Amino acid sequence: MDPKVVNDWRLRGQRYRLEGEVCDHCGESIFPPRDICPECKEPAKTPHTLSGRGEVYTFSTIYSAPEGFEAYTPYTVALIKLEEGPIVTAQLTDVAPTDVAIGMPVEMVTRRLRTHGDEGTIVYGYKFRPLHLGQAAD
Amino acid sequence: MRDVAIIGIGQTSVDEHWGTGIRHLMLDAGLSALQDANVDTIDAVYVGNMLSGEIAGQSHLGALAVDFMGLEGVEAYKVEAACASGAAALRTGYIAVASGMMDLVLALGVEKMTDTSGRETTAALAAAADAEYEVSQGISFVALNALLMRRYMHEYGWKREDFANFAVTAHANGANNPNAMFQRPITAEAYARAPVIASPIGLLDASPVCDGAAAVILAPVEYARTLSPAPVKILASAVGMAPLAVHDRKDPLALEAAITSSQKAYKQAGLTPQDLDFFELHDAFTIMATLSLEAAGFAERGKGVQMALDGEITLQGRVPIATMGGLKARGHPVGATGIYQIVESVLQLRGLAGPNQIPGARLGMVQNIGGSGATIITHILEAMGS
Amino acid sequence: MSDYRLMRPQRDVGVSGYGSYIPMYRLPGAEIARVWSGGGRGPVKEKAVAGLDEDTVTIAIEAARNAVARAEIEPGELRAIWLGTESPPYAVKPSSTIVAEALGAAPYLLAADFEFACKAGTEAVQAAIGLVGSGMGDYALAIGADTAQGRPGDDLEYTAASGGSAFVIGPAENAVATLIASLSYATDTPDFWRRGYQPYPSHSGRFTGEPAYFHHTLAAASALMEELDMAAADFDYAVFHQPNVKFPMRAAGRLGFTPEQVRDGLLSNEIGNTYAGASLTGLSAILDRAEPGAIILLVSFGSGAGSDAFAWRVTERIESRRDKAPKVSDYIERRTEIDYASYARYRGKLQGS
Repeated sequence: MDPKVVNDWRLRGQRYRLEGEVCDHCGESIFPPRDICPECKEPAKTPHTLSGRGEVYTFSTIYSAPEGFEAYTPYTVALIKLEEGPIVTAQLTDVAPTDVAIGMPVEMVTRRLRTHGDEGTIVYGYKFRPLHLGQAAD
Repeated sequence: MRDVAIIGIGQTSVDEHWGTGIRHLMLDAGLSALQDANVDTIDAVYVGNMLSGEIAGQSHLGALAVDFMGLEGVEAYKVEAACASGAAALRTGYIAVASGMMDLVLALGVEKMTDTSGRETTAALAAAADAEYEVSQGISFVALNALLMRRYMHEYGWKREDFANFAVTAHANGANNPNAMFQRPITAEAYARAPVIASPIGLLDASPVCDGAAAVILAPVEYARTLSPAPVKILASAVGMAPLAVHDRKDPLALEAAITSSQKAYKQAGLTPQDLDFFELHDAFTIMATLSLEAAGFAERGKGVQMALDGEITLQGRVPIATMGGLKARGHPVGATGIYQIVESVLQLRGLAGPNQIPGARLGMVQNIGGSGATIITHILEAMGS
Repeated sequence: MSDYRLMRPQRDVGVSGYGSYIPMYRLPGAEIARVWSGGGRGPVKEKAVAGLDEDTVTIAIEAARNAVARAEIEPGELRAIWLGTESPPYAVKPSSTIVAEALGAAPYLLAADFEFACKAGTEAVQAAIGLVGSGMGDYALAIGADTAQGRPGDDLEYTAASGGSAFVIGPAENAVATLIASLSYATDTPDFWRRGYQPYPSHSGRFTGEPAYFHHTLAAASALMEELDMAAADFDYAVFHQPNVKFPMRAAGRLGFTPEQVRDGLLSNEIGNTYAGASLTGLSAILDRAEPGAIILLVSFGSGAGSDAFAWRVTERIESRRDKAPKVSDYIERRTEIDYASYARYRGKLQGS
């Protein structure tokens, strides 16, 4: 069994739907969950699912991938500043590297992150894409 | 607390050591340090290493090191802080000697990175980052630095070409270091033409994958002069920490751990940046060199690149860096790098740096960065004279 | 034969929310023809192709999120998530549980994958109608999604496409379209199949036409219309399974429908055949524009073979719900053309990759 199976399973709430926490003391949004508010240092265990909206803080297109991601090159990773405040590291998808810019509005989608070989599990998780379909929602 | 000095140094060349495994790298560097210090007994060995478990399938390096160096019965263990493992081993030895618990300590750094394919090594190195929230997204260690470089260029208006002199200077210095991985100069044009690994980082922004081991012997200052003709005193040893993941840092471009670590070190040594003759910084990537210069107080925020453009980082400049090639040209055998930086600084302070000697060098600062900046360890060294 | 053929739940139900997803990549038929026929065109203008990080599960998740947004319910109110597909990412392991977790609908629900070739999605709709209509639960999510593969060079390669749609079935009191009645029709007809461990399906050529597609589609549709005492003219829209453009147009004509009634739900020329997603995505496109009171006929077809037929009546609620998620046309307009080489890479057709 790939040791990642259990690890991936444990993180499904975070990976599939950006489940974080909110601090009941100061209102800070927290992702990933750390149970202690990074802002006011009080306990913060109230689950809170983030909206998935944000903007590109910085990005890099990877041409030389780590093992497990070779099939996807070139792909673009970014730091996404979510509208609630936290920054997450994630891939961008459905966008050409040349069309990415700092400040670009993005929204979360759930995509394949990788597979553990031909026989192992498929890992799904958050990625972000340009917010061109989001005009309809809210 | 006792003052601590370095009384012996040893190193293997940094290279693709196809014929030499991790135990013989440790043996070569460790024995040459013992020989340099002219001692044959030791109280403890601390081994700085990051990847032996992942790449060689070999944990428990302390036991392996003393076993194969013939240091039977000497206590030993591995110290790990990603790319700062070397400095962490040195600091562990420093604490042991300063406390009075140990008199003679061997601090050794070793890394063997070339036994695996590039993508496997890339994946192993990425383990320095947050496995669940950075690495799982397909990020490489290079890409983490690329994210910082892109943001830096965006905030301060620099172009990629402006970073060229960090690589050019390192290669110019490496050309005179017989132990360097790359002993040839490069041009700014070659830098600009280099293939992109993770945009905007190109091949010549990045330090190479390689093998090597380096070692130092520590002793109390009070005995140092009787054991060594040219001991070097450790004036400061300080650690700064920042969140593991880049995305969890309040100000990712600030290299917060370097600020803390440098400030602590200046305070311990009673010095300011202007007092130093050189700064062996952690130029794993050109952006790291820039951010380090700023965090250590040599340049204002956003102005580190200007120092490279103005030639201030060369051997003749205001703040010489990478004096023996740095991580870029000497090479970056990750867990060994922190000790290589110390060994080279000791050569400068002994006046034995050959063509790269900084005239009259007496005070040097050495900084080793773990991961993308979560652990940063700074040492300040002073020549004790002969 | 009399009205026991008709299916009607004990309580009135309908579509509470609907949503679709179509990948952005398009492979023109002319590009396939260039590679395999030295030029010419295919039966559809182009088809939608899933990207490297997409599969039936990711397609289902986005379609389902859109459906739940339009239903204005909490995901935890869903008592079932049933995903109909012939291209599940796992041979053994439910896709529907991944969708349930991604929506935040787990754990108090039924979750399973349905398989009936291209009608697996409407099969899931029928099951959801049964669950909600019996009062076992208030909401159930039925999804039809596929990343269909055609053997390189085969006729099917021109149309086998990726996409899907999801429908939250709920009580009539919260419906954008209420169910009038449904009817299902199934026989054992081997027109198309795929054996285990085979990457591509096989089909029996022209046998897929009259004895399979037309027989089942026409039988289900005409039985439903007969039982409801309705003629083609009583419907505002009709949508059929669309393996190409020709088949659904011909079936519609034989049933007495005009091209205008079929036009808004016929997407195969733009996106190809999305298999279990095909007729449902057509219904989704119709709901994107239908007026309250409009009556819609939906007839699926799945090889093997069978058809499900439904009659729906659009409610006033549609006006306030349809803008709560991207429309089918938004996805169709989001288009990046690719060549055959990229298509071969994206769809895993390169050996050793």
